[in-house]
Amino acid sequence: MTFVAKPRVHHPKLPLNEIGLTRRDYEGSVSTLCAGCGHDSVSAAIVQACAELSLPPHRFAKVSGIGCSSKTPSYFLNKSHGINTVHGRMPSVITGANLANRDLYCVGVSGDGDSASIGMGQFAHIVRRRIDMLYIVDNNGTYGLTKGQFSATNDKGSTSKKGVPNLYEPIDLVSMALQIGASFVARSFSGDKRQLVPLLKAGLKHRGMAFIDVISPCVAFNNHQGSTKSYDHTRQHTENVVNADYIEEHDEITADYEPGTVEDVAMPDGSKLRLYKLDENYDVHDRVGALNYVQRRQEEGEVVTGLLYVDPDASDCHEILDTVHRPLNELQEVDLCPGNDMLQTINASFR
Amino acid sequence: MQPTDIQDPNYFHKVVDCQWACPAHTPVPEYIRLIAQERYTEAYMLNWDSNVFPGILGRTCDRPCEPACRRVRTEEKPVAICRLKRVAADNKGDISAFMPRVPQQKNGKRVALIGAGPASLAVARDLLPLGYEVHLFEKDPSGGGMMRSQIPAFRLPIEVLEEEVDQILDMGVVCHFGQEITSMKAMLDQEFDAYFVGTGAPRGRDLELPGRAEVDEYIHIGIDWLSSVAFGHTDSIEGKVIVMGGGNTAMDCCRTSLRLGAESVTVVVRSAFEVMKASEWEKEDAMREGIPIINNRPPKEFVHENGKLKGVVFECVKPVEEDGRLKYVPSGEPDVFIECDHILMAIGQDNHCPWIERDIGLEFDKWDCPVLDEVTLQSTNPKVFFGGDSAFGPENIIWASAHAHQAAISIHLMLSDKDLKKDRPPEGVNLLSTKMGVHEWAYDAEHDPSARHLVPLVEKESALSNVKVEVELGFDRALGEAEAQRCLNCDVQTVFTENLCIECDACVDICPMDCITFTENAEEDSLRQRLTAPADNGEQALYVSTDLPTGRVMVKDEDVCLHCGLCAERCPTNAWDMQRSVVHVPQLGSFAE
Repeated sequence: MTFVAKPRVHHPKLPLNEIGLTRRDYEGSVSTLCAGCGHDSVSAAIVQACAELSLPPHRFAKVSGIGCSSKTPSYFLNKSHGINTVHGRMPSVITGANLANRDLYCVGVSGDGDSASIGMGQFAHIVRRRIDMLYIVDNNGTYGLTKGQFSATNDKGSTSKKGVPNLYEPIDLVSMALQIGASFVARSFSGDKRQLVPLLKAGLKHRGMAFIDVISPCVAFNNHQGSTKSYDHTRQHTENVVNADYIEEHDEITADYEPGTVEDVAMPDGSKLRLYKLDENYDVHDRVGALNYVQRRQEEGEVVTGLLYVDPDASDCHEILDTVHRPLNELQEVDLCPGNDMLQTINASFR
Repeated sequence: MQPTDIQDPNYFHKVVDCQWACPAHTPVPEYIRLIAQERYTEAYMLNWDSNVFPGILGRTCDRPCEPACRRVRTEEKPVAICRLKRVAADNKGDISAFMPRVPQQKNGKRVALIGAGPASLAVARDLLPLGYEVHLFEKDPSGGGMMRSQIPAFRLPIEVLEEEVDQILDMGVVCHFGQEITSMKAMLDQEFDAYFVGTGAPRGRDLELPGRAEVDEYIHIGIDWLSSVAFGHTDSIEGKVIVMGGGNTAMDCCRTSLRLGAESVTVVVRSAFEVMKASEWEKEDAMREGIPIINNRPPKEFVHENGKLKGVVFECVKPVEEDGRLKYVPSGEPDVFIECDHILMAIGQDNHCPWIERDIGLEFDKWDCPVLDEVTLQSTNPKVFFGGDSAFGPENIIWASAHAHQAAISIHLMLSDKDLKKDRPPEGVNLLSTKMGVHEWAYDAEHDPSARHLVPLVEKESALSNVKVEVELGFDRALGEAEAQRCLNCDVQTVFTENLCIECDACVDICPMDCITFTENAEEDSLRQRLTAPADNGEQALYVSTDLPTGRVMVKDEDVCLHCGLCAERCPTNAWDMQRSVVHVPQLGSFAE
């Protein structure tokens, strides 16, 4: 927790983006999380991604549930809309926001407790319904806010700070998301912004359910030897398969990855996703293959990261429901009231 | 890049831009903190220890520290360091308890100081506490040198000058005032153990142009004229005055003329406004008093009629940049004639030691400056040392203090039969953590975004009516405290301990100035371009760690760091700590001796 406010002054050469804002304009208030919390890095990555995409902050709806992770929307995008909702209920609220205003960038931030325990049902159903949003889970495998009990994503055999092993199987949210309909599934690490920021950009621009599971170590309760979600363990056991970046038409390569196989995927709006395949045999468009691969590597104790599955042409909830193409608040009486003649026709059809 | 050696005393010293830029290396942030704590006496003594004349310098210093101030790079205007120094001097209490003790029992060594200006006085101050018998020779009836004769009283009140001069004289200097030294040979015959020459650069330059001889009566050399005003020999100047020259002496001449009754005063400068030697604020002060400064006009001829000066003809030129240097070419405009009754010539000054015989083993170079060792300030006669303007040509008071400290060390080493170079005390640095507890630091870490505070001035009319009315009122305590908050505490360093770092990025994310990057190591040039924000200011160092577990290094660009301590606040493992660096600049009576 920090008491010294972050000064407003910034580097004299801090660049302006296309809408005349600096990265600092996308920040929120100073974090009250523990110093060194991975979640703060995720917030910083969101700030960087939004600034680089030149997205207008007031077009965002950021929604969260309860927990350390769910405090973080206060720490980014100060000038956007946001609700800190009930435990595990972020999906319901963000569904409403998105259905009412399909033009908003909907960002949901949740944690392993919020999504994999109390909000499990909500999580499953929002993925299934393919709401057009970016769903981020800050996954630290522990209940940090209540002093470090195992959460549902904590690996079996991983120990608590005092050395007690976890006895239960973990829930893998990536596998679930793959299984029940997310059209963009990725996993990343808070300590690797070089991978995380481009993934966030791609996720923000993806139409439909984009899910990113971010391993985000808890420095206070789950960063010890014996933990499988510590900085050290994560660095040693991640296997990066496909990195992704969102490329707008006018800009060229921004991500600085080692050269591998590059594949461009066209997005519906004319822009493209650029994929950097580090494992040539991995097919990022094969949902079942991805599911198998992730689970097999998990059995072997490795954490697969990167963009694991993407279907840029998948339908989203609005398409499935064939909703009106404009935000509800833009609809006037003339759009909403069909008129007396139509009413008469409808009534007549029931006679 | 190689990992940074923070044990090198110069590394963190350089980060304290103001202290590094100060010739005497005054610990600026430390005394500014003392002012913020209303500990004016301590702030004064810290200054006095290092620069010897805080009250005088707080009004007249050339302020090399201010353009160097980090605040110029982060937000535009520097901290008003010089004026804060004056706040310390104006509000100090009784300092007698802090003054060095001068032993009654002398050490048997006699040192002669020639010229009673700032350089000699500072040497006296450094040597007296060690038991030396110090003799001071001066042609004027009182001490102070150019601080008395050339700085007008409206910038430096006589009481302030005398207080600080007397502080030193009262330590037991044997004064020989009103005695002009006319022969160095005769001085050497008196067999002092060491000699220090601090006679300044007393010869004002003249200009040989057509008509010069005929109007001699109306042309005055600037520094001589200021001196005769200071000693009360001149108390008026009539008619229209032209001041020639663009340095601080020219500014003092024009402002003094205005106060002594000149009908009009015009400053005419050969070169462009931007390259004038006068300090920015002295130009502003003159212009605020309504004095026009005309640039790019080299003088051509003095016009006279019946032996009386009528005016000066000036050529018109314009500056052209050639190979990065300014050259002046005719602008094509016709010559201009400016009417005047008096001319004050302030076009520079030179060393001038006609009283030093050239056959006594004391060599001079082709510019008539003594041949000196730049570190020890020893001349080719091992018993004779030089300092201040008489050493390397005209500089300023703060340089005189700096030279004096070095010369005093040299004299002391020589008279202790030690080697002047090998036995010279080294510089050093101490690092002290400022961490007091969770979120508690022993300094005011918070950044104050306020703009530089303006100094209140006396009303223009009363300022111009009397040459002795000080123009600047100085900051009062409240303004001083407010201005002190603007200091970025650049001496509280961000110290990084590699083996504690878990590479969580918290410091990178929180740093408001994007100073910190974790990246693969590389050569400096490429590293500078690969940081979170490009480090384009090559003058400022990069702080590079040893390799971290991921194979990367931590690189911090020192350029625009606010020293706000947020990296240390956010660091979960205390790999970052805010540590106050105390630079030990060797000085007699200070730490090393």
